[in-house]
This record gives sequence, structure tokens and C-alpha cells, in this order.
Amino acid sequence: MKVLVPIKRVVDHNVKVRVKADNSGVDLANVKMAMNPFCEIAVEEAVRLKESGAVSEIVVVTIGAKAADEQLRTALALGADRAIRVETEEDAQPLAIAKALKAVYDKESPNLVILGKQAIDGDNNQTGQMFAALAGLPQGTFASEVKVEGDKVQVTREIDGGLQTVELSLPAVVTTDLRLNEPRYASLPNIMKAKKKPLDVLSADEVGVDFTPKVKVLKVEAPAEREAGIIVGSVDELVEKLKNEAKVI
Amino acid sequence: MSVLVYAEHDNKALNAVTLSVIAAAQKIGGDITVLVAGENANAVAEEAAKAEGVSKVLLADNAAYANQLAENVAELVAEVGKDYTHILAAATTSGKNFAPRVAALLDVNMISEISAVESADTFKRPIYAGNAIATVQSDDAIKVLTVRGTAFDAVAAEGGSAAVESIDIAKDAGISSFVGEELAKSDRPDLTAAKVVISGGRGMQNGENFEMLYNLADKLGAAVGASRAAVDAGYVPNDLQVGQTGKIVAPELYIAVGISGAIQHLAGMKDSKVIVAINKDEEAPIFQVADYGLVADLFDAVPELDAKL
Repeated sequence: MKVLVPIKRVVDHNVKVRVKADNSGVDLANVKMAMNPFCEIAVEEAVRLKESGAVSEIVVVTIGAKAADEQLRTALALGADRAIRVETEEDAQPLAIAKALKAVYDKESPNLVILGKQAIDGDNNQTGQMFAALAGLPQGTFASEVKVEGDKVQVTREIDGGLQTVELSLPAVVTTDLRLNEPRYASLPNIMKAKKKPLDVLSADEVGVDFTPKVKVLKVEAPAEREAGIIVGSVDELVEKLKNEAKVI
Repeated sequence: MSVLVYAEHDNKALNAVTLSVIAAAQKIGGDITVLVAGENANAVAEEAAKAEGVSKVLLADNAAYANQLAENVAELVAEVGKDYTHILAAATTSGKNFAPRVAALLDVNMISEISAVESADTFKRPIYAGNAIATVQSDDAIKVLTVRGTAFDAVAAEGGSAAVESIDIAKDAGISSFVGEELAKSDRPDLTAAKVVISGGRGMQNGENFEMLYNLADKLGAAVGASRAAVDAGYVPNDLQVGQTGKIVAPELYIAVGISGAIQHLAGMKDSKVIVAINKDEEAPIFQVADYGLVADLFDAVPELDAKL
């Protein structure tokens, strides 16, 4: 069984982003970049499936500029076998990314596609579902447990009211939530080995997708700051303030 | 303009978040049609018909929609929605699940989790875990949007008298099936709709200590939430998580107990009207957003607060 894992290069989750002074976007100059945390969980799940014997090959794919090779190499060091980068300098949006993934899917014919539920930059939470629709595949989004059984996969999903389990016919799409697993770190020998693993580059023309952004970003602003309030000295003072000043209890 | 609002429900009652989505639809303008897809969901359709501002309710009643499987629902919504200028769903785990499929089937882009309507084609939405707010514009013929419920004041649940029309469209993709669900049973109000929310963090130390918060919550008619740290540590189930990747809440009163205030968590609660923080670490970032901070050991302060309310 083959697994395809789409990943994304994003700003490191420890970086506190700042909005640019001209409100054209957030300032990404000289900030640390990393693999999107939900994508790390997707790679980890694929590697665990391979270790369990259910999966024989893991292919990672990303859509982006050459710098994203760094994240593909990380995925290879974590246990993926091959990598593909679809080349674009554009800030690709989910529908275009989903179309590119569909082209890669048609070429690779994987049995399972595992990807992060959202990227921590755009917070869109769209790509997996869009790709699934374009490919006509079932989806198990926000997964906290994945069990492959024959030609089906059972996915336990984190939903607003608790947990839901669905059964999907393979091939299928799974998007990862935080509690699916805890990703490992790449070992130094594996980082060295990853440098020799194959990494193919496809052009936008080869996948037949126009990556020009269609949803226009008019401006990006910092959120309204909350003013810090006061420190109360005791529970009595807190109760008094909530009753008489804030009038919320 | 014509707006299709997808109703969120459990086949028995309309989820109140739908009233906030209808409010967002009113800001866009035009006729508002509510689509109810479910099984034996007639009562939901009747309820939706009474909501303020709704001109028509479409009811697609079929076993294929009983559990809101995205594969089936998306095909229905794409077929019904192709005659509308806007398709809106709540930014809940259900809306997030099927709406991107609808957009892909219609070959249009989607705008997730809008927090404001600027015009019929321009919307605001949080990005980077709420650390930036983007104003975006779409020129797609059909705009597919999910709506952050807490950002819009719900329309009145009563007063409308829209007609309910049954539509006989059965879409069963046959590639997925519902196995089961474990839903948290609670007599407390729903986290995203509660007027008061009390959340615990890693400072609670274990699940048993959350009992203190449940007691306090019952006294205040509050819902109980948690930080990601508390959920990851296994103190409470995931559906209690407040934060960018959990639930977004904006109650009248939010009480954060033993929560340090990671960006992730703040993104989920900083629109609350009044924020109280109880933490023994006076340097905790939560105090920077709190209206009232109490630097104290929560194991002393919470029982005392409980006793004095």
C-alpha cells in the first residue's frame, strides 16, 4: 500500500508574527520556517503505518518554491521514501493546491492520502476536503485515530460534541488533528540518508494548474489589542468587581 | 443576491449557531434560504422557518444525510447551491468538514471562518491563529463561506414564518459510512453558546481537580472549557478545548483558572466581554488580556470563590 503525504512549509509555530507596516501582509523576512505542525503529524502517522507493515511506500509532496525542499528533506529524514515538489513562486491557495494534488494523485495512485487538517499560516482548513472532492474520495477529517483494515479505513474524528467514527472505502483522505500521535525527531544518521533519497520537481505546467491567487488579500491588520485590566488583591475584591463594576454575575 | 444558509442540527433541534450564520447572511443582503439536510428532521425545518429574516426553508430528508457525512452533504449542497450567489455554513467541525468539498465541486474558492462582512464580496477573517486579521475579496460567481458564530449576534429564533419546501434530492456517494459516536453528555450549557465559561489549564494538575470547576460552573450556569495543555495531558476530553484549534468562545464572562495564556488559547477566547484570570504566576501572559487578575493558588482561590458566590 502506498501513502501520499502532502506537506507545507510555514512560519515556525514558535514565531510571533508581526503585521507589516503597510498592511500588505505579515512580515516573513528572516523568520524561522518549518514544516506545518499538522503536517508533521501526518508524516508520523504514515511512518507508523509503514512500521506496522500496512504500508510499503511513503511519498511526500509539497507545492512551493525551492526553499520548501528543506521541509521535504525533513519528511524524508523522518521516514518518507520519495519526495515531489510542484514548483511555484506564488502564494498558492487551497483550490489550486488541491488541483495540483489531484494531478499528483492521478500519477502516483496512492491508497491513502494523509495531510494536516490546516496550516498555521492561513488557517484555512480546506485543502484535504477540496482534494478529496476533486478526486471523488471519502474523507476522515480531524482524525485522532486511524485504523486500516483490508480495503477500508476507520477514522475516529474530533468533532464539536466529542468523537465520531466513520468507515471509508480506500483510497481515502485523512486529515490529522493534534492528538493523532506525537511526531518523532529525525536522527542525525537519518538526516544524512535523506539527502540521497529522490526528490523530483514538477512544473506548474506539468500538473496543469495556474497558481495565481484568486482570492485577493486587500489588507492585513493586527487584531484589536485588549487593554490589560487590574490585579485584584483578594477573592472578595474579585467578587465585588464582577458584581458591581462588570455586572456579569 | 441570494444566500443559502446550511442549517446545523442533530435531526431534532436547530443548533443556535445557525442563527448567527443567518445574521451574517443578512449583512450580505438578498433573500435568505435555509437548507436543512437530515433524516426525520421536520422539526428542525419548522424551527428554521421561524427564525428572523428567513424567506424559505428547503428540507432534504433522507437517510443519506442522517449523520451529516461530508461526501453526501457536499453533493447535495453543491447541487442546490449552484443557483445562489452565496453559500454559508457555520465554522463548526461539521461546516469545516463539508464546505470545502462544496467549493471544490463548484470549482470556486472558499473563504473560511469569516468574522465580519464588509460587503457582498469582501470579508474579514483571522489568520496566523488570530495574530492577524485579513480582509479578503473574492470574485467567484458563488461565494462559499464558513462563519465564526461568536462574531455575529444571532437573529431572533422566533417571529419569522417562512414556508418549508421539501426537496427530493438523494445523494449517497456510497464511499463512507457512519460507525458511531461518543458524545459528551452534560447538563451544562454548550461551550460556544454559554454566557459564562470557566476554563482550566495545566495548573489544575489532574482530571479530578476539574470537579472544583464543575461545581463553580453549576453555581454560575456556566460551561466548562480547558486549555490545550490540559486536554493533551488527558485531564479532560478534547471537546472541551478552547483555542485556535479547538472551540472559539466569546461569553459575557470568561474565567481562566491555572491557564498561562498561550497564543493558541488566547485566540479562542480573547473576544470574551470580561476576562478573569486566576494564576499563581504573576508573569503569566493571561494577565495581559484579563480585565481582573488574581495572583493566587487556584486550590485556595477557587473554593473560596465558590463559597462566596
